[in-house]
Amino acid sequence: MHGYLLFVARRALLMLAVIFAGVSLTFLVTHLSPINPVEAALGRMTARSVSNPEAIVAMRAALTELYGVEAPIWSQYINFWTRLVQGDLGPSLLAFPTPAMTLVMRAMPWTVTLLTVATLITFVIGNLMGGLAGYNQNNKFLKAFGIVAIAIQPVPYYIVAFVLLIIFGFLWPVLPISGGFAMNVTPGMNWPYVSSVLQHAILPAMSLVLVGFGGWFLGMRALVSNVVTEDYVTYAELAGVQRSTIVGGYVMRNALVPQLTALAMALGGVFSGTVITEQVFNYPGLGSLLIDAVNAGDYSLVLAVSTVSVTAVAIAIFIVDLLHPLLDPRIRAE
Amino acid sequence: MFAVFRDLIRYNIEFAIGLMLVSVVVIFASLSFFSPVDPSLIYTTIPDQPPSWQYWFGTNSRGQDMFWQLSTALRNSLTFGIIVAVISRVISITVGLLSGYVGGWVDRGLMFVNDIFVAVPIFPVLVLFYFVLRNNMDSLTLALIMACFGWPFDARLIRSVALGLKHREFTRHAVFAGMSTRKVLLEEHLPYVMPIVFATFMNNMLWSIGLEVTLAVLGFTNINNPTIGTVLYWANSHSAMVVGVWWWIVIPVILIVMTFIGLFLLAMSMNEYIDPRSRLRRMGA
Repeated sequence: MHGYLLFVARRALLMLAVIFAGVSLTFLVTHLSPINPVEAALGRMTARSVSNPEAIVAMRAALTELYGVEAPIWSQYINFWTRLVQGDLGPSLLAFPTPAMTLVMRAMPWTVTLLTVATLITFVIGNLMGGLAGYNQNNKFLKAFGIVAIAIQPVPYYIVAFVLLIIFGFLWPVLPISGGFAMNVTPGMNWPYVSSVLQHAILPAMSLVLVGFGGWFLGMRALVSNVVTEDYVTYAELAGVQRSTIVGGYVMRNALVPQLTALAMALGGVFSGTVITEQVFNYPGLGSLLIDAVNAGDYSLVLAVSTVSVTAVAIAIFIVDLLHPLLDPRIRAE
Repeated sequence: MFAVFRDLIRYNIEFAIGLMLVSVVVIFASLSFFSPVDPSLIYTTIPDQPPSWQYWFGTNSRGQDMFWQLSTALRNSLTFGIIVAVISRVISITVGLLSGYVGGWVDRGLMFVNDIFVAVPIFPVLVLFYFVLRNNMDSLTLALIMACFGWPFDARLIRSVALGLKHREFTRHAVFAGMSTRKVLLEEHLPYVMPIVFATFMNNMLWSIGLEVTLAVLGFTNINNPTIGTVLYWANSHSAMVVGVWWWIVIPVILIVMTFIGLFLLAMSMNEYIDPRSRLRRMGA
């Protein structure tokens, strides 16, 4: 038990460090840049319409106070953290006067659900098939599966999502290609809404799974084909242990430990992929929000999405790390 | 060196296919040095011509000959990938070798920083940089930023090799002979990690070109600099698929997929070659 607590403490420390570094980075990038957010926002606001000079002066004063750019950098930094802890990052300019945090929290469940479901499917399919392919190295079907995995795995998220969009949007239009749910259903716990949400999630999830499974498949196949040559596997086979027990209990379980570490390390990349996929399919999650915010020049919203995504990914990695002791009894012991 | 190459082509079908794909892509990209038109100009030919004998890859709605446009775009994308890979290799070799050889607090500190860099999601950070820099963001700045995020996985890999080298006989001899730490790392340990560096070089190129394509397609880079990503950006902004100019999208997608699969196969077969167990299995021993 003592060993487990130590493990959790170390991982929690790392999580806090990641959050601290990530949030500080977003602060530094936005505040040390040569571009003044007040002037940038003013420029955008006055670009399309003619306003009288007094209004612009008043607006400039209001924005300067809102962003607090007059204060020295270290006090801005402390101020930034206090407001962040309170969950207040100022009003969004895109949907004024809705707070940026409210918009982020509205988009959050979509991204979290999509990411979790897609990652789970990817991880399970990839590792299961990879494990079987490593154990039965002469199976024709699994060999073909491996070739498909090699062909799709290196292609970036955007291209795969884009190709799916072309296939299901132009060539064979059977699935909805845009949005989170259909226009004509009322959100809530009713069947038309739920089925619409599920239908709209198929393509984004599919593109994430297609890109993701290959890496797990190839990794697991390589790991398992090394574990299979170990003496204890030969011994178990000679002793007449059932094949399913050998594959599931002895081979795959041992090979899963490094795969779980890899999952924790890959989450940041998978999150980036989700952001991109959402944009392609116009899915109402954090990714679409981020890109809308950048295009609209919405300073607070961009900051809010970046800090929240860094924090969320760090927490997700921490949760995956906590699963380790389930597979590896050496961490539980001591 | 030549014998290794011949063996790889003979025994490793993945390497042969990868080499072929990458060669085709590189030859096509280097044709851009002989381009008869300036690829940054628009409306130099008749717009929207389908592929024909005169225009092999057709022309786009901006009046550019797609053959030369894509050739330059591919060259820029590859150059971008190489720049990122070189810079991030330098960082990962330095961190990995130092961390593995020196050990102790240096190792713990560097690996802590390493873990932080692994966990920060890169895409929102890059978007943030674009948001702040806007038009000051050229491809060299982007390459520098990406290189600062592209080293941690490989630094860890190099460290694990360096840890093993540290306790080998020859390291001790070198130290007793009075070699400085810098010399031990550069002259004794670096040759051992070079195969890993080459294999991860390709993987890093894949990663950076993929990210650049993504950012460019969203319009978050200098959209007037032709790369595969910006070609797709302009195709999207002219709704190429809807108006039926399919070659503007399909041909760049095929090219970039060829590049990716080619580089990936090279990296994978090289990784296998480094691992002697799988090399022997493949040669049927």
